Amino acid sequence: MGNTYNYKVVRQFAVMTIVWGIVGMLVGVIIAAQLAWPALNFDIPWLTYGRLRPLHTNAVIFAFGGCALFATSYYVVQRTCHVRLCDDRLAAFTFWGWQAVILAAAVTLPLGITTSKEYAELEWPIDILITLVWLAYAYVYFGTILKRRVRHIYVANWFYGAFIITVALLHVVNSAALPVNFLKSYSVYAGVQDAMVQWWYGHNAVGFFLTAGFLGMMYYFVPKQAERPVYSYRLSIVHFWALIFVYIWAGPHHLHYTALPDWAQSLGMVMSLILLAPSWGGMINGIMTLSGAWQKLRTDPVLRFLIVSLSFYGMSTFEGPMMSIKTVNALSHYTDWTIGHVHSGALGWVALVSIGSMYFLLPRLYGREIHSTKLIEVHFWIATLGIVLYISSMWVAGIMQGLMWRAVNPDGTLIYSFVESVQAMHPFYIIRTAGGLFFLIGMLIMAWNLWKTCIGAQPVSAPIPAPAGAH
Amino acid sequence: MSDFTSGFWSWFIVLATVLSIAGVLWLIRWMSGGRRAPGEKVETMGHVWDENLEELNNPLPRWWLIKFYLTLVFGGVYLLLYPGLGTFKGLLGWTGIGQYEQEVAAAEVEYGPLYEKYRAIPIAALVNDPAAVQVGERLFSTYCTTCHGSDARGVRGFPNLRDDDWLYGGTSADIEQTIMNGRNGVMPGWEPILGYEGVFQAAEYVSSLSGREVDSVVAGKGKEIFVQNCAVCHGADGAGNTQMGAPNLTDNIWLHGGTQKRIQETIAGGRNSHMPPHREFLGEAKVHLLATYVFGLRVDRDITER
Repeated sequence: MGNTYNYKVVRQFAVMTIVWGIVGMLVGVIIAAQLAWPALNFDIPWLTYGRLRPLHTNAVIFAFGGCALFATSYYVVQRTCHVRLCDDRLAAFTFWGWQAVILAAAVTLPLGITTSKEYAELEWPIDILITLVWLAYAYVYFGTILKRRVRHIYVANWFYGAFIITVALLHVVNSAALPVNFLKSYSVYAGVQDAMVQWWYGHNAVGFFLTAGFLGMMYYFVPKQAERPVYSYRLSIVHFWALIFVYIWAGPHHLHYTALPDWAQSLGMVMSLILLAPSWGGMINGIMTLSGAWQKLRTDPVLRFLIVSLSFYGMSTFEGPMMSIKTVNALSHYTDWTIGHVHSGALGWVALVSIGSMYFLLPRLYGREIHSTKLIEVHFWIATLGIVLYISSMWVAGIMQGLMWRAVNPDGTLIYSFVESVQAMHPFYIIRTAGGLFFLIGMLIMAWNLWKTCIGAQPVSAPIPAPAGAH
Repeated sequence: MSDFTSGFWSWFIVLATVLSIAGVLWLIRWMSGGRRAPGEKVETMGHVWDENLEELNNPLPRWWLIKFYLTLVFGGVYLLLYPGLGTFKGLLGWTGIGQYEQEVAAAEVEYGPLYEKYRAIPIAALVNDPAAVQVGERLFSTYCTTCHGSDARGVRGFPNLRDDDWLYGGTSADIEQTIMNGRNGVMPGWEPILGYEGVFQAAEYVSSLSGREVDSVVAGKGKEIFVQNCAVCHGADGAGNTQMGAPNLTDNIWLHGGTQKRIQETIAGGRNSHMPPHREFLGEAKVHLLATYVFGLRVDRDITER
């Protein structure tokens, strides 16, 4: 045991990444369709938009994204430290515990059991389970780093480490609540403080869960798949420290022009703008890793997933700071532009980099060659088409919505009533649904391809190679 | 009111902000060396992980560094001009509430005269001015449709404004009064007093008032109940009372639904209806125009405006 890697837990999380990805995106397509055709909730309370929407966000972020992060971080930390995970039983606990959290979410959210805090809807007993799983995760992860057989800690591990520590902090602080019974609790914060804590959490869920964690993934799988050295160690230092230091300030930009004091709004906006360069540092380091090997993009669809994900990362981290500028935010806030922005990050960056990593990982975990490179190619194009349809329709719809809401007659009254703006959204909601459907079809193609790849194969038991060179 | 509970927290914010920005500046200055002569080869750092993972040490891209500095400079300047550094108000003296008040004042200057002009004209006359009615209709689309519907026909619990049944009176003055100060329609629940049987009988009688076919024996018992308990508000003939907002029960118009089941439900549990006041929210001039629009919806305007 001691001289092989623990691939079992990696394999479990990797398989569930695909499963939960399909489930979460299916729910996404359903609620997108409900916005276009509201009758699709069939007047069944559990299927209404308000209950399925948090199910969708929790499933794609914490189930799909979470499993992808667990799988890759366990794989990367072992391979780059040249040791087995420090505690197999706790690692198994994180897998089963995390699946229990996801199942609890899948039951309680449709039942309408919610704290009503965005991306933190789960009620307090589930929150406690999350905390336990997370502490075990931190123990396994950092314990493995501590017993590493190489002196230097590889850059991917900095990002995974920052992600694990910060998410623990965010989750515990924001979920602090007073239970009134087993399924109901009230936040310990009130009013604008509650809003600020919520968006400190909410934006850093984006910053640390959906960014830092996935940058860790990027820093391993891009150089591995490209078989090229990382572009710049120096750049990785600067953008790592700047990123984790500045992100934590950016939350107030979710609360522009609200009861939040002016000073906090200003700081949120300024720090969000400063965040542009650190974010792009990661994109540059990933994409430039390919310099000298650009021709690989033509033949290697897995690499294409990874590199295009970085392009979407760069695009949405430019869009984000721009939307945090108060005058831009005055137009974009509360519109579907925000939804488009989120999905250019979620589909374009988080999902594509995860998909690329899974295509790398799963065949290696089962010791097989991929069943069909052609199908990866098809998946790539259908997913990209889906993203483009999704985000471009939401840009048009969101900006149109913002402009309609502020259009004023010569007598000072509004030109459009709210329902007219809703009506105008209809065609774009249909295009968005189609975009989401394409993306989901891509996931199904992936599942089929990986199924054919791995079915019947003997799971790999990988011996730990000796560290290379003078460490 | 200060945003901070003590001066300590203001200084805490100032220090944390300034040190953060200075720290980031220091970090990128520290790391921005390492430029190479043209043609010089970049070496890896000499570490290898997992068989083939290595790192080059290229210098920071110049365009990226410039962009980084620009955002830092912008941030510094912004925090000098606008509130951000603790209690420091910023050199421009800008505040969020100040901007709002300015915009409202500017709108007042621009649109105020038009509304004042309309306000001076009585509704009975203004209703014949299509321009004024249009302004009222636009206001209605923004502020009233959530409850009364885009077509002003209401939904269950929220009155239809096109049916000439006016809970609180349909004169222009009544309508303006309703919008200006709001209304609270309260009907107590009667089941504790009448019992299920009594509620059933009363509902049967109420149905008969609108000319529906009913069981005459049950309705007869219901009538006794009605005279003793309901007539105080709804009138002996059931024609309602606009002074109290007690609905007319003889016109087959049902605010809370007219099926037998709904009528029983209303009698048994009572109803609480609330129309919020708009005087403070919209100002009297806009309410005047809204009342004009709603008054214009009436079918028999001339008959009741006598």
